[in-house]
Amino acid sequence: MDFQHVNVKFLVKDPEAVDLEPLIPVFHRWIQAQVCEELLLDIADYRHVPEGPGIVLIGHQADYSVDNTKGRLGVRYNRKATFDGTNQDRLKQAACSALKAFQRLEREGALGGKISFNGHDVELFINDRMLAPNRGDIRKAFEPDFKALFDRLFRGNEYSMSYDTDPRRLLGLSARSSTTFSIAELISNLSS
Amino acid sequence: MKASNTLWKEHLAGKMPEDLGREVEIFDNEVALRKQGKMDERLFAETRLRRGVYGQRYDNGERHDGAKVQDMKYPSGTLTKGPSTMWDAPGMQRIKIPGGGLNAEQLETLAELAEEYSDGIAHVTTRQDFQLHYVHIEDTPTIMRRLAAAKITTREACGNSVRNVTACPYAGVCRDEVFDVTPYSRALSKFLLGHPDCQNFGRKFKPAFSGCAQHACGLTSLHDIGFIAVTRNENGVEKRGFDVYVGGGLGAVPYMAKRFDAFVPVEEALPVTQAVARVFARLGEKKNRSRARIKFLVQDLGIEKFKELVLEERKTLTPDPRWTQLISDAEKNVEGPLREGGELVAGGSEAYQRWLRTNTRPQRQAGYVVVTIALPLGDITANQLRSLADIVRRFTKETVRTTVEQNFVIRWVSRKDLPEFYEALSAAHLADPGAGTIVDVVTCPGTDTCKLGISSSRGLAAELRQRLGERNFQAEEAVESLHIKISGCFNSCGQHHVGDLGFYGVSRKVGGYAVPHFQVVLGGEWENNAGSYGLPVVAIPSKNIPKVVTRLTGRYIEGRNRGESFKDFIKRIGKVELKNMLDDLVRPPAGDRSYFSDWGDPREYTLDDMGTGECAGEVVATVEFDLGAAEREVFEAQLAFENGQIELAGKTAYGAMLHGAKALVKLVDPAIAEDADQIVSEFRKYYFDTQKFYDPFAGGKFAQYLFDAHQKAGNPYTSDSSRYLIDEAQLFIDAAHSCYNKLGTTATV
Repeated sequence: MDFQHVNVKFLVKDPEAVDLEPLIPVFHRWIQAQVCEELLLDIADYRHVPEGPGIVLIGHQADYSVDNTKGRLGVRYNRKATFDGTNQDRLKQAACSALKAFQRLEREGALGGKISFNGHDVELFINDRMLAPNRGDIRKAFEPDFKALFDRLFRGNEYSMSYDTDPRRLLGLSARSSTTFSIAELISNLSS
Repeated sequence: MKASNTLWKEHLAGKMPEDLGREVEIFDNEVALRKQGKMDERLFAETRLRRGVYGQRYDNGERHDGAKVQDMKYPSGTLTKGPSTMWDAPGMQRIKIPGGGLNAEQLETLAELAEEYSDGIAHVTTRQDFQLHYVHIEDTPTIMRRLAAAKITTREACGNSVRNVTACPYAGVCRDEVFDVTPYSRALSKFLLGHPDCQNFGRKFKPAFSGCAQHACGLTSLHDIGFIAVTRNENGVEKRGFDVYVGGGLGAVPYMAKRFDAFVPVEEALPVTQAVARVFARLGEKKNRSRARIKFLVQDLGIEKFKELVLEERKTLTPDPRWTQLISDAEKNVEGPLREGGELVAGGSEAYQRWLRTNTRPQRQAGYVVVTIALPLGDITANQLRSLADIVRRFTKETVRTTVEQNFVIRWVSRKDLPEFYEALSAAHLADPGAGTIVDVVTCPGTDTCKLGISSSRGLAAELRQRLGERNFQAEEAVESLHIKISGCFNSCGQHHVGDLGFYGVSRKVGGYAVPHFQVVLGGEWENNAGSYGLPVVAIPSKNIPKVVTRLTGRYIEGRNRGESFKDFIKRIGKVELKNMLDDLVRPPAGDRSYFSDWGDPREYTLDDMGTGECAGEVVATVEFDLGAAEREVFEAQLAFENGQIELAGKTAYGAMLHGAKALVKLVDPAIAEDADQIVSEFRKYYFDTQKFYDPFAGGKFAQYLFDAHQKAGNPYTSDSSRYLIDEAQLFIDAAHSCYNKLGTTATV
């Protein structure tokens, strides 16, 4: 079974300290320089919506955002275009893209180091209910793929996984590593 | 774009109402044909628009990124979905919700679509619709299928068609209504959807229903056709009917609807509308879009002649059993409560008490209230939509409606459930207080996503909402009940004409730089079904608008007479005083560059004009001076109008247009004389014929205002014609500023 449209989100440390407004000029600069692999188009500002998508950098193949869905602030990659390869390729591509964006944000001087990884928490969603309905049998079928990603990402260290089992929601899970990682380490883990 | 589109097609086959399924199938094929280059782009554009599939800002493939104009290199290359509209560019899907009525399953469907095809947000519009933004054209047939499976259509959500039939969201439960208009609005919506008599309009046609004359909920005055519930006694029997109005509309120049008939029996509502549609289709303007709404036809013919033609048309109609059958069918769907009614339990937190005061209103039915969910800028997340579905299942029989104030109302909530209901809403972050108050700012999408946007209406609305939300207006009830309405341009999607404080986006050049501004519109009335339209007072830089709100509301608190409405207060103190109050806000403070960008968008508003030389500066000053003088004349025309000097008002407005045109002509012919014929002739030659005075979307509409006014100069002005001319003159001056901005410094030297 193949899925597409992977979303990966790495959670931010100390979310209360994060002001989303300075992100807007940062994302505008990203569009100016087209810094990502995807074609970057526009910015949607949803700061006024509680526990919403935050600031979204709209792209053609994917959106990047600093997203606050469910009150869990994180850097999110939402793959919109299809991606060739295996499920594992798609998971790795989305995770890599999210991590690179996170690293870029960590290095943005204008953000004053306020956006940094909490070291542990990752969320993953399959944004297509037809390809991945949120049912027990589907979760079970995809679990080896998810585990393979996290085994690699956390380099064999212990981690926990929990699914959101509401069938109306996207098939998704949260993973929490017992070891602390930096974004650079996670990028290195994925590419090794 | 989505990998699952084909799978959805197979999955939902046979699960949609047959007519809706067939409609989507046709559109799906058209998408495929256009992609293969086998369908003309203009034809495809019209067919997608009639399914609510809109373009969005920057969809011509170009976007100013703050430093330069970027060409968007889309994978589909030069393939288009309409003239100058790139195939891959994100678009908007509008979704029709007749009367705003929804159930829990439909809320969940909208949540899924927002999440999977948009950016996670569903947006409620000022006509009770939903909009999803950043949608790919190839996903739209699947979106339509999934909506159709939930019995929602996007058909005729745009295009030259009958748009969503709106209705008072309190219909059936309102204490003041004459009767419940819900069945009639639903019947009309079904009757007109795809009706052959409604397929040949020159422009859109918007119907609205209201259960009473005095409140704002239906806004019948600003609709193409408006129905207000009335009854009359016939031989001792109470008979239901509608006080029917036609020819209203906002847009650039707002028209107040004219009374068609004070009593149209309910069983005649559908055939009379059909007859109106046939007259509109036959006699309405087709070529000139800017004069193609029914309001112009009614204005040109006069209401009596228009009515005569409609009644003649009515006689020719072949009787249609659906005229009454659809109403009877709709009447069978009687709403009621899920839970037993009761009394409110006293107590609760301060936040709860505040919410109770502003967000609930008693129903006609004892023991129940209507709860309003105030959505910030009309936005709601997918998770919130699902939570709302859970809440309405738990407390009600899924009795939800959207409102023209971009909110939800939940009907039939038992008073005794309110503490629990509030808790449930709070958990979903849906319990913001201030529904329908000054904090509950209404706005169109503006420059965020709309191709027509001039200024950031949503950016301003978010800023005002935040600032006003920090104040507690409970002690200032008169201010708390004011309405702020913002449009990103003159087209009035934010209904700025009927706000107590209305704003619409314009641009002005200051010191050689384009600066986002808003026209301040005062004197509008939200109540009485949008009882009167405001007029522009002065254009103020966007960044100064919060100060405008603070000043005007402060002055109202200090200076109002007992019981005096804001509209009456504005009228009493007069436009001269108002303008004086705001005079120091008209120009940005020297050296403050923040004024050169808009709210929530740090890009320079335009950069094309940067690096203006000294030489150009002198010319700039001259043109700006002349345009400023023309703008003052429009203001003087307003004052004359308010003083009842109708003829003077009309003449002054016309003079303002002439002087605005002359200001531009002087750039080419500095020796231009003060001769109206020569000014108009040269303006036509240098600016109209060359399309320099063209708005990208309105075309030559604003120049045409001048030509029409010049042609009619010397004829006596009526109250209506004078009023329209003042609005047109202001729009002409705004367009002159815009034209001048676009000319750039090179052209001006």
